[in-house]
Amino acid sequence: MKPFRIGSGAGYSGDRIDPAQDLAERGALDVLVFECLAERTIALAQLRRSQDPQQGYDLLLKARMRAVLPACVKQGVTLITNMGAANPHAAGQAVLEVARELGLPRLRVAVVTGDDVLPWMQAHDVPLMDSDETVRSLDGQLISANAYLGADALLPALQAGADVIVTGRVADPALFLAPLMHHFGWDATDWRRMGQGIVVGHLLECSAQVSGGYIADPGFFDVPRLDEVGFPLAEVQADGRCVITKLDGTGGRVDRLTCTAQLLYELENPSRYLQPDVVADFSAVHLTEVGPDRVQVEGATGTLRPAQLKVTLGYREGFIGEGQISYAGPGARARGALALAVLERRLQRLGLDALEHRAELIGVNAMHGPALGADREPYEVRLRLAVRTATRAQAEQVGQEVETLYISGPAGGGGVTQSVREVIAVASALIPREAVHPACQILEL
Amino acid sequence: MKIRDIALARSGDKGNRATLSVIARTPADYPLLERVLTAERVQTHYQGVVHGLVERYTLPHLGAVHFVMHEALGGGVTRSLALDAHGKTLSAAILDVSLDFDSP
Repeated sequence: MKPFRIGSGAGYSGDRIDPAQDLAERGALDVLVFECLAERTIALAQLRRSQDPQQGYDLLLKARMRAVLPACVKQGVTLITNMGAANPHAAGQAVLEVARELGLPRLRVAVVTGDDVLPWMQAHDVPLMDSDETVRSLDGQLISANAYLGADALLPALQAGADVIVTGRVADPALFLAPLMHHFGWDATDWRRMGQGIVVGHLLECSAQVSGGYIADPGFFDVPRLDEVGFPLAEVQADGRCVITKLDGTGGRVDRLTCTAQLLYELENPSRYLQPDVVADFSAVHLTEVGPDRVQVEGATGTLRPAQLKVTLGYREGFIGEGQISYAGPGARARGALALAVLERRLQRLGLDALEHRAELIGVNAMHGPALGADREPYEVRLRLAVRTATRAQAEQVGQEVETLYISGPAGGGGVTQSVREVIAVASALIPREAVHPACQILEL
Repeated sequence: MKIRDIALARSGDKGNRATLSVIARTPADYPLLERVLTAERVQTHYQGVVHGLVERYTLPHLGAVHFVMHEALGGGVTRSLALDAHGKTLSAAILDVSLDFDSP
């Protein structure tokens, strides 16, 4: 049986578009997956949908489809994406609009829903994970609640022969596992193959992070041509073994180290990676370089899937006000420190000092605090003050206070910026599988 | 000699926890990495940044040690006041750890 070729077209909502187009055109792919949902993306999309019922899907959906649909339709590449975000139906219609614009003869789009469990969460008071509180504590602030669907939710769409599958919250690796299960007819309790399918998805879901992106350190680990880094693809065998690679002529590199860094990325216990379809075990995964930019991956396995599904809840949590100002030249650090002391006293005067805040010097201690910030004297520093506030008006005061340092602060401050943002935070909870009902609707051109 | 001379590192986020992988560039250097980067050593290095426990997982066949650092992200990516809310830059700090046993 010839290997199944599955490519990664995006690793986050803002990812580059041209590498996906290259994969669609030259990759000889069976499937191209776009993973575009971070934790709070759906909550933000839900806010857009509440303003306009036709919105609430990924803002780059149409641009991505314009770039890849012609090649995918011509070559029979199935597209799978979670760019439906908070409105998969509207996203499905948007895909059809693009197809019409491009003059495509036909297109079958599957819309997979069922991840939205907000009504259930509002009716049942379940505990929040990593917290002593329950969902009830978010009453009035809750925006969205989405369960992580598994590969099983996507199988009906694949069986219906969809050209494009649009969904909302689905576990990222499941976007890759589903077409493998469908193509090879893997049994959902074949834990070894399921685990191997998850490792394929996990390695591909962050696009270039496995093919040379986010790993270069000049002189220590060099990566060629990051401006045109190739997005990865996997050639998967029927038994689940795969080779991770990228297209000839693209920048980046695929080797044991780039694959190891991505294999472990954001894992907690490597032998218990909880997924809706399987508890995957990566602890015995073996990586072998089998050619230039080719790494073979084998040895993943798994155990019985969890009884409950994870839910991400998006909620409003006040505002953050922020201001920044720079100091440069001799004594920059001392003047920055004086400005910080001035601001601390100003916050007291304004009665904002009880609020959680962070006051720091970029170039000294903003990233890793005072212990690691060292005692080096920088040529320039940038003061940053960020305060968590209950109201927008309080948040606006923060940046304004930083701006008054122009006139009333230490010498030579410049380049003030101010910002205010509403905080959309996320929490997690668990939901019984029986309360989640995935559904699939087919739209045709 | 420092960690940076033998390894590369990547960090990520999971709620209020940061993950940190340190990977030997050459398999032969892995035992040194495993000896130097104990959970305690990492906990001490990130003092003031990581407020909870540090757990360590060793993966000799991958040449990697992997850490989960609890209470490291200012309450979580989505609500943190930090400029680097994801803790993406935390990985670089570990590269500065000395491989000499008697130095800090």
